[in-house]
Amino acid sequence: MSILVIAEHDNSELKQATLNVLAAAKAIGGDIDVLVAGENCGAVGEAAAKAEGVNKVLVADNAVYGHFLGENLGELVAEVGKGYSHILAAAGTIGKDFMPRVAALLDVAQVSDIMRVESEDTFVRPIYAGNAIATVKSTDNIKVITVRPTAFDPVAGEGGSAAVEALDVVKDAGLSQFVNEELAKSDRPDLASAGIVVSGGRGMQNGENFKMLEQVADLMGAAVGASRAAVDAGFVPNDMQVGQTGKIVAPQLYIAVGISGAIQHLAGMSDSKVIVAINKDEEAPIFQVADYGLVADLFEAIPQLEEELKKVM
Amino acid sequence: MKVLVAVKRVIDYNVKVRVKPDNTGVDLANVKMAMNPFCEIAVEEAVRLKEKGVASEIVVVSIGPKACQEQIRTALALGADRGIHIETDEEVQSLEAAKLLKSVVEKEEPKLVILGKQSIDSDNNQTGQMLAALTGMGQGTFASEVVVEGDKVNVTREVDGGLMTVALNLPAVVTTDLRLNEPRYASLPNIMKAKKKPLDSMTPADLGVELAPRLSTLKVEAPASRQAGVKVADVAELVDKLKNEAKVI
Repeated sequence: MSILVIAEHDNSELKQATLNVLAAAKAIGGDIDVLVAGENCGAVGEAAAKAEGVNKVLVADNAVYGHFLGENLGELVAEVGKGYSHILAAAGTIGKDFMPRVAALLDVAQVSDIMRVESEDTFVRPIYAGNAIATVKSTDNIKVITVRPTAFDPVAGEGGSAAVEALDVVKDAGLSQFVNEELAKSDRPDLASAGIVVSGGRGMQNGENFKMLEQVADLMGAAVGASRAAVDAGFVPNDMQVGQTGKIVAPQLYIAVGISGAIQHLAGMSDSKVIVAINKDEEAPIFQVADYGLVADLFEAIPQLEEELKKVM
Repeated sequence: MKVLVAVKRVIDYNVKVRVKPDNTGVDLANVKMAMNPFCEIAVEEAVRLKEKGVASEIVVVSIGPKACQEQIRTALALGADRGIHIETDEEVQSLEAAKLLKSVVEKEEPKLVILGKQSIDSDNNQTGQMLAALTGMGQGTFASEVVVEGDKVNVTREVDGGLMTVALNLPAVVTTDLRLNEPRYASLPNIMKAKKKPLDSMTPADLGVELAPRLSTLKVEAPASRQAGVKVADVAELVDKLKNEAKVI
């Protein structure tokens, strides 16, 4: 078997999610090649070559891949991936965008968001917002798979010495152009890979009150997230959303503040190692999944938490 | 311009999902069904485009058993003009749905196809992208804003870390994310009017598409449940437990 892993990166750094996807590839077993497609992304290729278990790194460096447009990546990966038994990418917004195009161009099904590898053709994935877990077998000769990064422990990012080859394949579908992007600038860790996440819900009452959570988060080096209710209410932007329709997180510590615990939210965070819930409603469903529950008014508890953390951190 | 909207009949999002005791799937007997929430957003966006004078006709299509016609009627009550029902009692997977929609696109020649980004039952997030690839169209996935300008559509997309705007040549495929709009409710007079709007029914065979699922579901299980832990009395006890018991800070 031969597996092609599509690297996730921002043209300068290899994202950790790639190491999680490599772990899924390792669980399938076989020779693993990595494709780095981007613009001026040579450093990413070098980083990928150091990852554990990589056989070869292919670097497609061209302006047409600079913004990871799904139309161009789809054509590139469908062509390069033809010779492999499996094509894997992280189930982030880039992978979710281009991978189904790859599958359609190869006339195969895609298995989305896998959490576990049972065998080379059988995978476990969540359905119904994580309320059911399906074991799915693929009969296609090429398996196109997106991987839930938090479900796999990353392989080592150092120590490997794979060969790096330039790939001169330029696919410009000519269907789409990049216009602009507004990426949230933050010194806090990335929500999807942070070790600690502090999230606020509708109980926060407004966006201004999220500053309280940010102060607590900064004491612990944590990322700040939100429930869909807080996003829908306009308190915070959607890229902070944790849940089935937002980001899936599995940190060491997840602190849910003023979040009732709708099933959609639980689907995005219930794999966290330790869950803390702070809510004034003791009947809130979040307490059913919390390791530590505090029934309290968050507007009193959060300033106290900040003081207590200052003592111990 | 003509807009095609695809909608899916799924379990109502308020219904608690139960796995069947024999682990063959999710129990859908006597369960309330509804239009997939992301599809409602797709219908709403099409109706808004029509209200702005951008869209001239909205065609809504659904694939599945006879009962899907309820969701088509709902879309007609919300402002779609005409319905197409592709009737089948078989399981339809994303690639097949995309092939069926492709044949509808070839017949109807819409300038814009709007779909939900994923359905809340299979959670695949595939059909729109597959349709775009099969028809050679560009795609604006996870849309939070859609602006048609001349022969292009600018789509602002919800991506990891923020927003990204792409310009797509028309015709194009757009898949909706949550913040694109807030769907309206259908009024009673519009529900009555929708009953008289045209609805064509056809089969996959009529469209020349053979249903051949590539994935088989071996079993469906309930997720491992987490046990509720302890309640702490105050913040000091919480911090103490996190530091000395759980050792996570």
